Amino acid sequence: MNDTARTGERVAGSQPCRLPAGGTAIDRSRALAFEYDGRRYEGYAGDTLASALLANGVHLVARSFKYHRPRGIFSAGVEEPSALVQLARGARTEPNTRATVVELYDGLSARSQNCWPSVRFDAGAIANALSPLLPAGFYYKTFMWPPTPKAWLRYEHFIRCAAGMGRAAGEPDPDRYEHQFAHCEVLVIGGGPAGLAAARAAAETGARVVLCHQSAEFASGLGSDATIDGRPAAHWFAQTLSELRARADVTLLARTTAFGYYDDDLVAAVERVTDHLAAPASHLPRQRLWLIRARAVVLASGAIERGIAYGNNDLPGTLLASAARSYVTRYGVRLGQRAALFTNNDAAYAAALALHAAGIPVGGIVDSRPDEALRGALPALARSAGLPIVPASGVVRARGRLRVSAIDVAPRGGGATRRIDCDVLLVSGGCSPAAHLFSQARGTLRYDPAIAALLPDASPLAIACAGAVNGVFDLAHAIDDGASVGRSAVGAPGPVRHWPVPQRTVPEEPPRSPTGGAKCFVDLQNDVTVRDIAIAAREGYTLSEHLKRYTTLGMGTDQGKTGSLIGMALLAEHLRVPIADVGTTTFRPPYTPVTLGAVAGQARGAHVEPTRRTPMHAWHAGHGARFVNAGLWKRPHSYPRAGESEDDAADREARNVRANVGVVDVSTLGKIELQGRDVTELLNRIYINRWDTLAVGRCRYGVMLREDGVVRDDGTTSRLDETHYLMTTTTANAVAIMQYVERLLQVDWPGLDVYATSVTEQWAAAAISGPNSRALLARLVDVDVSNEGFPFLAVATCALRTAAGPIPARLFRMSYSGELAYEVHVPSGYGRAMWDAIVDEGAAFGLMPYGSEAMNTLRVEKGHVVIGSEIDGRTTAADLGMEKLVNPNKWCVGKPLLARAALNAPDRWQLVGLTARGGATIPRGAKIVADPDRAPRNPMLGHVTSWCASPHVGASIALALVAGGRSRHGESLWAVSPLADAWVLVDVGPSCFVDPEGGRLRA
Amino acid sequence: MMLIPCPWCGPRNQVEFTYGGDATLRRPAPDAPEAAWAEYVYLRDNPCGPHDELWYHGAGCRSWFKVRRDTRTHEIFGSSPLRDPLDPPVDPRDVQQAR
Repeated sequence: MNDTARTGERVAGSQPCRLPAGGTAIDRSRALAFEYDGRRYEGYAGDTLASALLANGVHLVARSFKYHRPRGIFSAGVEEPSALVQLARGARTEPNTRATVVELYDGLSARSQNCWPSVRFDAGAIANALSPLLPAGFYYKTFMWPPTPKAWLRYEHFIRCAAGMGRAAGEPDPDRYEHQFAHCEVLVIGGGPAGLAAARAAAETGARVVLCHQSAEFASGLGSDATIDGRPAAHWFAQTLSELRARADVTLLARTTAFGYYDDDLVAAVERVTDHLAAPASHLPRQRLWLIRARAVVLASGAIERGIAYGNNDLPGTLLASAARSYVTRYGVRLGQRAALFTNNDAAYAAALALHAAGIPVGGIVDSRPDEALRGALPALARSAGLPIVPASGVVRARGRLRVSAIDVAPRGGGATRRIDCDVLLVSGGCSPAAHLFSQARGTLRYDPAIAALLPDASPLAIACAGAVNGVFDLAHAIDDGASVGRSAVGAPGPVRHWPVPQRTVPEEPPRSPTGGAKCFVDLQNDVTVRDIAIAAREGYTLSEHLKRYTTLGMGTDQGKTGSLIGMALLAEHLRVPIADVGTTTFRPPYTPVTLGAVAGQARGAHVEPTRRTPMHAWHAGHGARFVNAGLWKRPHSYPRAGESEDDAADREARNVRANVGVVDVSTLGKIELQGRDVTELLNRIYINRWDTLAVGRCRYGVMLREDGVVRDDGTTSRLDETHYLMTTTTANAVAIMQYVERLLQVDWPGLDVYATSVTEQWAAAAISGPNSRALLARLVDVDVSNEGFPFLAVATCALRTAAGPIPARLFRMSYSGELAYEVHVPSGYGRAMWDAIVDEGAAFGLMPYGSEAMNTLRVEKGHVVIGSEIDGRTTAADLGMEKLVNPNKWCVGKPLLARAALNAPDRWQLVGLTARGGATIPRGAKIVADPDRAPRNPMLGHVTSWCASPHVGASIALALVAGGRSRHGESLWAVSPLADAWVLVDVGPSCFVDPEGGRLRA
Repeated sequence: MMLIPCPWCGPRNQVEFTYGGDATLRRPAPDAPEAAWAEYVYLRDNPCGPHDELWYHGAGCRSWFKVRRDTRTHEIFGSSPLRDPLDPPVDPRDVQQAR
């Protein structure tokens, strides 16, 4: 907390603009201190930052995006386009926060943004003077010369500095966020009159109901003077809320904004759990993202008032009429010394009456409608209260520099202008239903001229609208509408009501007025003016989506909630078509800005994805292993000793395998148990080689193809018993191959009697390689491991001796390194015991553990291919030199297309081995060329797929795919990496560098 | 996120499933001509409207099953185990006409 702002240190003369009494939302007994732009102020519990600033007479809070014009607080809700501030909270900072929705807490600190040196005197305001040079799309036109990307980047830097919002925090987010899933029969979005009525009606049927409301208090948008059935509305709300709270199946979520509507009625909402607290409890997340799957959704999101376009309609002191009413009645704010109202509808008169009742003189009500249209109850009340009404007129322009001081008013038909002094100006251009989520639910909107706004029409999803979002603005009707929609949402029959169209106040034309030459804003946040719309229309951007991109109308944090409809109306006027024909842009999530932290939830750092560790992980970690990620697995890369680099360690480990014996953890290999009468047939169908000749107690290397003939995966499969096989896959493909096998068994060949089970995690595995491996194994297992008793590719079940007694094991004689080698598999719970036994017994034979790097060196030396490098989704078995494995006498997946000419062309990239000349190092990922010509068009013959510094060869070697590679053995080519400026002459040869005859494996 | 009706587990979030493509594809006979295999491997209808397709409930019962889904709206008309016909047995052309 900032210690300059604390309760107790009373600020002298604080809250000079607070009314002496009133304010239903604030608690005058609890004063809160806060800081804005370095100055200390005081507010009350229940205030928003905006209402507290207004109570202190602060109207000027921001500078606008493009012209740096002074801006004030325009609204009292999520639609706020202007009052964007940077919140600071210790090390935390959050830009572009709407002051109108920030709940005040003790010690809150905020500052203005997009201004320098201060919001009162902003150097950037020069943009306002230069504005004739900065029309819509100016950057597309102005900064296109010279036409080089570099020039644009230079311009962009300055544009971004000049136009902008707040600054993002530069440090990791210190807060926690949660995700919560919920299911319900009815989700009600919006806790106003219609929403509460809908929730109650649905809950009465016994349905599970979730009700979310974006403000702290339900029914917060209501005037204090409203009545229901002759009693104060507050009674009805209190009773409805207590009924809902009493029901176990109703979840009430305050401070929760439903911001996204997705397929099959999944709604995303964000709950602000601690944003309003001065000192949040440490166990609470800052925000909680709710993913609510509802059988039906009732949208009762209300309506949002629009502004009116007239000259200088952005001056501080200008507020939406409903917002002004809210600040006076809910927050007890004296908005100014003298007010005026500019309206085109009846409802806004309530705001003027509220100000009048609070003792703020109303200097005039300017109404665009003719006198004879002002017959409603509210205009009548205004008349009887003595408020001067100026009918059939419009505000031409507002006057003032940092705050409105007067308005020029002219009759609509033309005539003399008169001036009305005021320091607060209320505007109302009618109300637009907040149908954003309905539109996200693929709902269509139709323009209703009666309220001059877009109303929800039809959606294919289970969403229904109630209340003001449905165009039902009248309180009693909204409650009836809510109850009726709530009942039908659970499928309960209810009376079908047809409302008499209430006395709606009709804006007959687009809410705008002559401009008087001053700037006349359509979209306050993006500084889009009436003139910009005209320019865009003239230049052909006549589709609403084009208009939006060209002018930025409706972009930004408010997404045009108060202004887009004015833009639509202006465009229609230019095109001389009805507004309904212009169409609107598609609403997309989020409805209001959502913190990225809430979207990420707990998925940060180590929680982004699962970590898989082998049963021997602790041993590796305790013996200095450096780990490397293999998919989700952690595998030891190498075991460096003191003073040894990782490369040195891998080199030592690889040498020791060839000289003595090494052990490597291969538990991550995919393992699939196959049982059933038809396993042999399945294997014949998915591997290119034959399996009906494999005897029990033997294993075989196999290659699988994709349907198009390209290699899919490789591995060994062992026949443990007549109808019992164990298939191994590459680590990377373990899940995909299991899924593939299941698809074949379920979809393609349901007649095959085969059961497949993934046992990757059920078995720990260690490979023991090197000339001493047999002698070591003989001490460990209870079977004859002589070459005659247990030849190459033999498989046996056995018992492995450990310090704690014998453990069941499977023993395989197979080799990845090219040395005499074995694999031992034990149930994973015994993995560590197996490893300890091998290491303990191995000490006498010079055993060292080796990691994936040494394993890679050994397999590159042996010329073994690996998925992702040589098996790259393009290579065939023939490309990899394994064409002899393809059995000619049987069908398998992928075989029918193998005969295609292109797969058998002589210049296909084929696997070869490369050896660097003269002690050079083959660069990673080098391309292969015939000629060391540095010209860019040097034709590429192939590329390096795997490489290592080979202790066995004593040179840098590589595997590579080279065009017609097998006919190039003996040639010299160049392995080049222009990025690394490396040009290495290499000798092409066979891919196997170690024991090509295989004598060592069979020894 | 779509709700996929697994015939064994009931409706579940889409993230539990893997898409498996056209459910009506049949692998040609082993000795079918290359052209038939090329068609099977490479050519797919791309219907605008109802589509019978395979889904795999990898995070659930590990079953492959059939779903009839509208590719334009993600509306799902039904799902069934592989051995059963899709229920309800809607003729995609009727659905398209009705819309």
